[in-house]
Amino acid sequence: MLSFIVNRVAHSLVVAWIISAIVFFGMYVVADPIDSFLPEDATAADEQAFIEAYNLDKPALVQYGSFLIRLVQGDLGISFNHGEPVLDLILDRLPATLELAVIALAFALLIGIPLGIFSGLNPRTKRSKATMFLTTIGYSVPNFWQGIVLILVFAVTLRLLPAGGRGDTATFLGAEWAFLTLDGWRHMALPVINLAIYKICMHTRLARSGTRETKTQEFMTFAKAKGIADQTLIRSHLLPNILIPIVTITGLEFGALIAFSTVTETVFSWPGLGKLLIDSIKLGDQPVVTAYLVLISFMFVTINLIVDVVYALIDPRIRYSAQG
Amino acid sequence: MTDSKIKDFFRDVIFGDPMTALGFVGVVLFLLVALFAPIIAPQNPYDLGAISIMDGQLAPGESLMDGTIAIFGTDEQGRDILSTIIYGLRISLFVAITASTIGTAIGIYLGLISAYYGGVVDSIVMRLVDVKMSFPGILLALMLLALMGQGVEKVILALIIGIWASKARVTRSAALGEIRKEYMRAAQLAGLSANQIILRYLLPNSIAPVIVMLPMIISGAIAAEATLSFLGVGVPITEPSLGMLIANGFDYLLTGYWWISILPGVVLVVLVLCINVVADRIREYANPALRHETM
Repeated sequence: MLSFIVNRVAHSLVVAWIISAIVFFGMYVVADPIDSFLPEDATAADEQAFIEAYNLDKPALVQYGSFLIRLVQGDLGISFNHGEPVLDLILDRLPATLELAVIALAFALLIGIPLGIFSGLNPRTKRSKATMFLTTIGYSVPNFWQGIVLILVFAVTLRLLPAGGRGDTATFLGAEWAFLTLDGWRHMALPVINLAIYKICMHTRLARSGTRETKTQEFMTFAKAKGIADQTLIRSHLLPNILIPIVTITGLEFGALIAFSTVTETVFSWPGLGKLLIDSIKLGDQPVVTAYLVLISFMFVTINLIVDVVYALIDPRIRYSAQG
Repeated sequence: MTDSKIKDFFRDVIFGDPMTALGFVGVVLFLLVALFAPIIAPQNPYDLGAISIMDGQLAPGESLMDGTIAIFGTDEQGRDILSTIIYGLRISLFVAITASTIGTAIGIYLGLISAYYGGVVDSIVMRLVDVKMSFPGILLALMLLALMGQGVEKVILALIIGIWASKARVTRSAALGEIRKEYMRAAQLAGLSANQIILRYLLPNSIAPVIVMLPMIISGAIAAEATLSFLGVGVPITEPSLGMLIANGFDYLLTGYWWISILPGVVLVVLVLCINVVADRIREYANPALRHETM
């Protein structure tokens, strides 16, 4: 197990290093960092100070070294538009994205799994087929378009819910959260649905195929023959068996959820990380863009690492195949 | 594939199921409209002489200054929405089909050499595939476009990078199955070069699983391009695709001019659904296990 973990950590470090090199190359070698990182009204003295501080007059390798050192120290530059350190800006927006992603994920699991189990137990019924048809549509219709339709129906036509923004927030653990206020929930409803639809479809399909595979196995027939009630059968025999792949994919997909929140946040003007990224790209705020890309990639590498290790803990076969 | 086999394929697979037939007709119509856009569209919406700001924001069915009726309405500049959709369809399809074809071809080639040479080539390619697959496509595309800026060719490149990896993996496993067969050994003994063997023997026998996926890849690329363009990092404003049209109209959604954004979106969704219906059917047909279950 130890060698497996060491192997995976080494792999993750290599990937993280490759990403940092690509971002550095794109930002400092392909683009002109003076153009990218200094505001347009910078004086010659500012420029000189910047060149010295960032070692821009030194060879590329030295520049890359000082880029890495700043990265490790958490110095990601100053945003042009906000005049704040980029790291503060990102940490400030993180709660909005996190609450959206976590609540959407909870919905996806709470709706998707029961729907999938039901549909997998009775695959030939009309309701099951209708469910599958709906998940196909949920899969094929682009996410941003679903959001626009939600706005058109619930905000413009029915005037039930706000079309955008975050509403009131309350402070908890030193950060602002919308899920603590009623107004916050009203603003969160549509973005959460928008972000959750794709995941609901995915979990429904996963749970359905898992159920169809598991229900014909011998231990299920045996448990049924013993006279175990249907409820218990599903809860203690079916569920644990279909849960393993769902747990893994949920871990991996949490990262995807944060990446996809870029779309949802743009549609609903939700002031999170994704909207920050898109706004910064449009305004040419390179320090923010660079920092976001580096941080989100590192987050992905970490999530992948955790999922791999947890999966190996659950399933010994993976452990051994990776070693052999 | 012989003529009679193609005929059978169309009779049984495409026209054997009413939904698939409908989807197929839809796809053909969309392709024709995109191809003949300048002839079919009521006006050239990007010719400043052809549009008038006086015709701005007309609702669907209202008539323009010159008396013609704008079936889909007009946008804030007085452009006929039907015409912008037809031109946008052209850009959306061009970007998606180009990216899917190139991305799939790269994936197939890498999969083939990975399976054929094995060893170092195999581990480099497969490690690259692993790294690529550990990130969601949209994140990679955003990353690339943030570094490179907007542009049709840049979107195509970003989509290609999102497409190749899984196709390399699928082709590799199909090719590994072929390599063990005797005709491969015979080809090697006959003294053919590695390139000849890969292109002449390995390629035709290993591409079926990926070719079956092609319609799905294209519809995925259409949706991805629309998303990127909606976010404002895709095609430039001078060459608006369907996604870009939706983004432009989105600003007017809350003020009641719904058609500017909604109608291009409806076309986008119908296009993607038509392709997916056909793609699903072809995939089921190609996979005997699925065929047994659904028919």
